[in-house]
Amino acid sequence: MYKKRFDGRKFDELRPMEAKVGIIKRADGSAMFKQGKTIAVAAVYGPRELHPKFLQNPEEGVLRCNYNMMAFSGSGERVRPGPSRRSKEISYVTDKALMPTLNLKEFPGTVVDVFIELIQTDAGTRCAGITAAAMALADAGFFMRDLVSSVSIGIIEDQIIVDVDKEEEDYEKGMCDMPMAFMPKSGNITLLQCDGYVTKEQLKKALESGKNACNKIYEVQKMALKNKYQGELK
Amino acid sequence: MGLIVKDRDIVVPGEVLATGMDFLPAGGSYRDREEIISSQVGMVLVENRLIKVIPLSGRYIPKRGDNVIGKVIDITFNGWLIDIGCAKDAMLGLKDATSEFIERGADLTQYFNIGDLLVSKIINVTRVKSADLTTKGPGLMKLTRGTIIDVQSSKVPRVIGKQGSMVMMLKEMTNTRITVGQNGKVHVSGFDPEMEILVKDAIKFIEKNAHKHGLTDEVKKFLEERLKGKKILEKKELSKETLEKKENVQEKI
Amino acid sequence: MNLVKNHIMSLVNLGKREDGRKLDEYRKPIKIEYGVSAKSAEGSAKVFIGDTEVIAGVKMEIGTPYPDTPDKGSLQANVELLPLSSPEFESGPPSIESIEMSRSVVDRGIRESHAIDLNKLCIKEGEKSWTILIDIYSLNDGGNLADAIGLAALAALKDAKFPNYDKKTGKIDYTKHEEELKLKKIPVSITVYKIGTKFIIDPILNEEGASDARLMITTTEDGRVCAMQKGGIAPLSFEDIDKMVEIAIEKGKELRKYL
Repeated sequence: MYKKRFDGRKFDELRPMEAKVGIIKRADGSAMFKQGKTIAVAAVYGPRELHPKFLQNPEEGVLRCNYNMMAFSGSGERVRPGPSRRSKEISYVTDKALMPTLNLKEFPGTVVDVFIELIQTDAGTRCAGITAAAMALADAGFFMRDLVSSVSIGIIEDQIIVDVDKEEEDYEKGMCDMPMAFMPKSGNITLLQCDGYVTKEQLKKALESGKNACNKIYEVQKMALKNKYQGELK
Repeated sequence: MGLIVKDRDIVVPGEVLATGMDFLPAGGSYRDREEIISSQVGMVLVENRLIKVIPLSGRYIPKRGDNVIGKVIDITFNGWLIDIGCAKDAMLGLKDATSEFIERGADLTQYFNIGDLLVSKIINVTRVKSADLTTKGPGLMKLTRGTIIDVQSSKVPRVIGKQGSMVMMLKEMTNTRITVGQNGKVHVSGFDPEMEILVKDAIKFIEKNAHKHGLTDEVKKFLEERLKGKKILEKKELSKETLEKKENVQEKI
Repeated sequence: MNLVKNHIMSLVNLGKREDGRKLDEYRKPIKIEYGVSAKSAEGSAKVFIGDTEVIAGVKMEIGTPYPDTPDKGSLQANVELLPLSSPEFESGPPSIESIEMSRSVVDRGIRESHAIDLNKLCIKEGEKSWTILIDIYSLNDGGNLADAIGLAALAALKDAKFPNYDKKTGKIDYTKHEEELKLKKIPVSITVYKIGTKFIIDPILNEEGASDARLMITTTEDGRVCAMQKGGIAPLSFEDIDKMVEIAIEKGKELRKYL
């Protein structure tokens, strides 16, 4: 049985978090989110004209997420710059994780570009990216039914753990890794992936744990957004 | 049941503003069964039974009748494409550019060229939210001197002030011509370049303190401090040398 | 006729700038943060010049030396102008602007100044040597990315330590770092811009757009020039270049103090 976590955390304990909004002045909206040693930065540009024209959607704006790891952000060797299959897939699911909260019908024919860069990685990178991107979209003034908060839930030797770090992710005896994202107000799920064996009962518990963890993350996101504007209003 | 937040609170998307059926969501919020929820990052405004969330950021949304300042980015066969900082580029058609008759196939660059800055009025906003513009009308024209200052479009009303009082004061105290575009672009032009810089700094001051009461007096004090001991240069007072320097530079371009 | 360009040129001609700075004054604050990606990178740093923000990281790998320099390691620099940092930058392969920056600001400056002893990077002549890989990313373009990028690359190198290398097993342990890379020289790049008949440094965005010629000059502590790159479409005279080099040497001393 996985009795004690490698870094001593409780099973439902998140790594220390830090969030800041409005860090990239040229962007329409931006945010930084740190979860343990994973650091993600997100910037939003848009809505803006989308070229070439054939990519435009005449009914509503198009969301275009771009996830990238900086070359020096990986734990071992340098990461070769440029899109990889992994980064393209993460960009795609990030899109799907954020879309349910947005209403881009107000901006037909345009694109909303979301750029996510990882400065340092220690697992949970796509989750940190989504959490940062949600804050950046809110910062940019978009209509959002809710924010989106994301965390990675794992199962090691039948024990459910919240906010998996790299050491746990690499656990040699195998583990189940489930990145997920929630809209905190409604509790609905916008991202769900699973790598490894999981039973129906474990899944239910894992989703419950994920929801609770995301509510905590939402508080951090809320604070960061309010801090930016409260600072301005002093 | 009732209000959960207070007037002037900062809220974020997903935050519950009120419960029960006593309040109505208006702007920046929506109802989900028993709850009124914020859909923006913004400031709560409660007006009787209406709850609004005033967004604190976001791009300019074009409105008919607004005066805007934009840059020509392309010339097509039937007009000019103008960037006014919106999601979609705006269009200035041939018939709305000038009271002269423009022949088909005429060289449009003799009227407005790519890179030119224009003050125009929005005469229509299309279904896809792009603006149609006109430069026929008082105060509408191509800008040739001075500089452009960027302002958050949500703060533009503060730069203008009640009945234009703020911008009037800025103009008088700095002896400059100022045109405010609703899209967050302000044009300022004066003979004394120091005054153009002062207007820029004053506008940044307004942006920073937009939420405060008695802002007009604060801005007056700000300007008085900066103007202490300074004499605003009129055209006739600028030394011949300085004037020449300015004019030479302008002609060379 | 470009309105804002005119305006900037008029101001500069009168020795003034929009934000009240002198023509040869840097924005403040200038900040350098070290170890911003300490868990993953061998060395890393973030540089702030006014609103402009840049991040750099150093990774070290082991490879075979080039056949014509069997006793030397190698250095590779890569600058990316991220679309995250400005609405003007596009996604995709490196633009010519970023390639120019990689080669002139970083490659030339660091390589030609001999800031890194490439012989020290040799592990076994002809067989194994260290490759230093520097990656620099723009985070916010508030003007003068070039100087911030040069500074960030240096700061990251200054922060860099070799990962532990076991000679017997040939394995690299990226979780342990002890030996510092140690720079022999501190080459600083200053880009001087010509606007009208005057010269400025550290332009904001409007000022960059008002300049048609610029010269990037890298100098070392002893006041010697070790790299240069002219940019822009307008020509420069001998006198221009003379003045610009003088400015770069003086300002290089100033900027070097921040490292």
